[in-house]
Amino acid sequence: MAFISSGYDPKEPMKDRITDIGPRDYEEFYPPVIKKNKGKWLYHEILEPGVLVHVSETGDEVYTVRAGGARLMSVSHIREICDIAEKYCDGHVRFTTRNNIEFMVDSKDKVEPLKKDLLSRKQPGGCYKFPVGGTGAGITNIVHTQGWIHCHTPATDASGPVKAAMDVLFDDFTDMRLPAKLRVSLACCLNMCGAVHCSDIAILGYHRKPPMLDHEHIDKACEIPLAIAACPTAAIKPAKIESEGGAKVSSVAVNNSRCMFCGNCYTMCPGMPLADDVGDGIVLMAGGKVSNRISSPKFSKVVVAFIPNEAPRWPKTTETIKRMVEAYAKDARKYERLGEWAERIGWERFFEKCELEFTHHLIDDFRDPAYFTWRQTTNFKF
Amino acid sequence: MAKHKTPLLDQLETGPWPSFVTDIKREAESRAKNEKGIDFQMPQDVCEDILGVLELSFKHGRTHWKHGGIVGVFGYGGGVIGRYCDQPEMFPGVAHFHTLRVNQPAGKFYKTDFLRQLCDLWELRGSGITNMHGSTGDIILLGTSTPQLEEIFYELTHNMNQDLGGSGSNLRTPSDCIGAARCEYSCYDTQALCTHLTKEYQDELHRPAFPYKFKFKFDGCPNCCVASIARADLSFIGTWKDDIRIDQEAVQAYIGGELAPNAGDHAGRDWGPFDIQKEVIGLCPTECMWMEDNKLMIEDKECTRCMHCINVMPRALRIGEDRGLSMLIGAKAPILDGAQMASLLVPFVKAEEPYDEIKEVIESVWDWWMEEGKNRERVGELIKRQGFQRLLEVTNIKPMPQHVQEPRSNPYIFWKEDEVEGGFERDINEFRKHHQR
Repeated sequence: MAFISSGYDPKEPMKDRITDIGPRDYEEFYPPVIKKNKGKWLYHEILEPGVLVHVSETGDEVYTVRAGGARLMSVSHIREICDIAEKYCDGHVRFTTRNNIEFMVDSKDKVEPLKKDLLSRKQPGGCYKFPVGGTGAGITNIVHTQGWIHCHTPATDASGPVKAAMDVLFDDFTDMRLPAKLRVSLACCLNMCGAVHCSDIAILGYHRKPPMLDHEHIDKACEIPLAIAACPTAAIKPAKIESEGGAKVSSVAVNNSRCMFCGNCYTMCPGMPLADDVGDGIVLMAGGKVSNRISSPKFSKVVVAFIPNEAPRWPKTTETIKRMVEAYAKDARKYERLGEWAERIGWERFFEKCELEFTHHLIDDFRDPAYFTWRQTTNFKF
Repeated sequence: MAKHKTPLLDQLETGPWPSFVTDIKREAESRAKNEKGIDFQMPQDVCEDILGVLELSFKHGRTHWKHGGIVGVFGYGGGVIGRYCDQPEMFPGVAHFHTLRVNQPAGKFYKTDFLRQLCDLWELRGSGITNMHGSTGDIILLGTSTPQLEEIFYELTHNMNQDLGGSGSNLRTPSDCIGAARCEYSCYDTQALCTHLTKEYQDELHRPAFPYKFKFKFDGCPNCCVASIARADLSFIGTWKDDIRIDQEAVQAYIGGELAPNAGDHAGRDWGPFDIQKEVIGLCPTECMWMEDNKLMIEDKECTRCMHCINVMPRALRIGEDRGLSMLIGAKAPILDGAQMASLLVPFVKAEEPYDEIKEVIESVWDWWMEEGKNRERVGELIKRQGFQRLLEVTNIKPMPQHVQEPRSNPYIFWKEDEVEGGFERDINEFRKHHQR
């Protein structure tokens, strides 16, 4: 492998340097029908799962075919997306916030061939490359984080559980039978790069063991005061530790009973790892939403305190999610989001209908907001 | 013959959903064949080692990635995340495996010539594996070595007119919903505002000077498709002040069943005939709708613009014409003190270039947060610590009932001395003349 220079000269880093130019201008990338009708759209309709039409006051129409996909994507796969976009969409394509791929065409007769082509492309193991769906009252792509493919703090994988969950939930990706949309999200640790805390169903990686202390290295690798200040429960204090050679080293001590396993100390100090094959696993949360429709946005609530990491397919996690989805599909009223349904029937009923065990872990004991989640009324259901 | 055996990952190659494992194997194969004769700048078997290290994590139940070191491009403090493998001898191809965040175009619209250029660059100088896209919105290029960083940056800026995104304690790459480009609900041009502010605040984006991360997200309407209300330090949510526009003929068409409610959202089940009373009027959270002489009436003054009726009958009801946006502040995920939803700060502002009113609010919030915020304290946490009143003071925004869900239920008001007649200084001896000890 010979080093290939881009033209950058390390001896003169400022020579011809271009900085602070920001992203490309979105207008360059708009399909002509979008550019022409921007701000003029009258209404839209979902013609079938994964296919939308938007109609403009100019009379123009744009048809969108939405395909799911793993957000972890190779350049070979992106080039295949480009091939399709060039064949059917004059080289235009877009991605959605939830990692779906949208192919847009300007007339209805172009939809069927495009859809057929997308569904004909399969991977050697039989998986769809471009499943069409993810619209309306169903389940669209799971937004997620990096997990074991690239992150240093995860308590579970991301792409693996997402693939496993989407396989189990696939029928609802291609159908619209639910009372309302149902958003599933995954974050592989509490840092929540994926901000899953307002999802109908959230899959969250969580540690359950306090950090190990690499005393010999903590002072070398970390700013100890920063590690101490990083702890939200003040469980970490400075400590002098006698090393094997008898010398005293500066390190920290952790009050394990105060640890809430957030991993913030590890973020600040690599000498305090938390990861553990048995300790780490999954928390399931439910009932959140971000839309302001009918009721205010809501946080997801913890409904299962812990499920072990069961690579490669996380069966208990996916079964539990499927059970919640089915209970919701059967019992909720039209338009009711999962959280609205749980609030209407009462959480005691939610646990019953979803066949979930209620344990002490699910009662909030973290600071002031906890009190507001206890039941301060005689109104409850037996 | 694969370099590493991956019996666990192989089990993710079946089922209907696209398999990332198969996709990485495809890239591994493409690099092994190297039909184009590329002089790869990362090891040719890098994708094999990605699979190998991931298989090991599946076996161990633990990650094998270490903290990032300080790597980046000259003059920027963000945009690159350092990443090293903790088993470099077993997986030399991914021993150094840094991430680049590339600032996505607003709305995530692309032309294939741009994507192909990006693919060529990343095949040559990186692992060939990406995220389209990361959670914040960037194009994520996963895995390259330190010497390649400047080369990639040079090619991005010189050949593609394209910059990096944010990471660390700076303005993170702003992102938006599809907005007016293809959505009739959008109350402002999300792409225009997102791009304008991204370009305006390039210094804040590339050179970390904040206590912690700061996110902007732009939702065209209260449906909040980019979840700004849950995850942005400042969220910009489209809204309107005047009346919902009603097409009474279309209302009748929904009632008569000629138009499918919800734009066909619920077509997968037979929910029975559409019932406007039950499905729209009865579910209106402010009870501001009724039928009169076969016409749908709305008391718009009482409407809180939740979007339900518009979502159900998009051909009959349209957003108003006096449009702008609401600014909400302080959302964040749970680290550290629990999750926070964004709180309403500016009920209504027009979203028109040059967006001066919006920038005034942004900059006054930043001045305060940079002065008072502690290390790794999000602005939402600072508001909790110093009070919403303090936020109103620093932004010079008048308190109004719209700012609260309900007024406080305790009377522990921190009266300021200048609010109380005569001030706080009093003469105890004068008091004692009338009140014995």
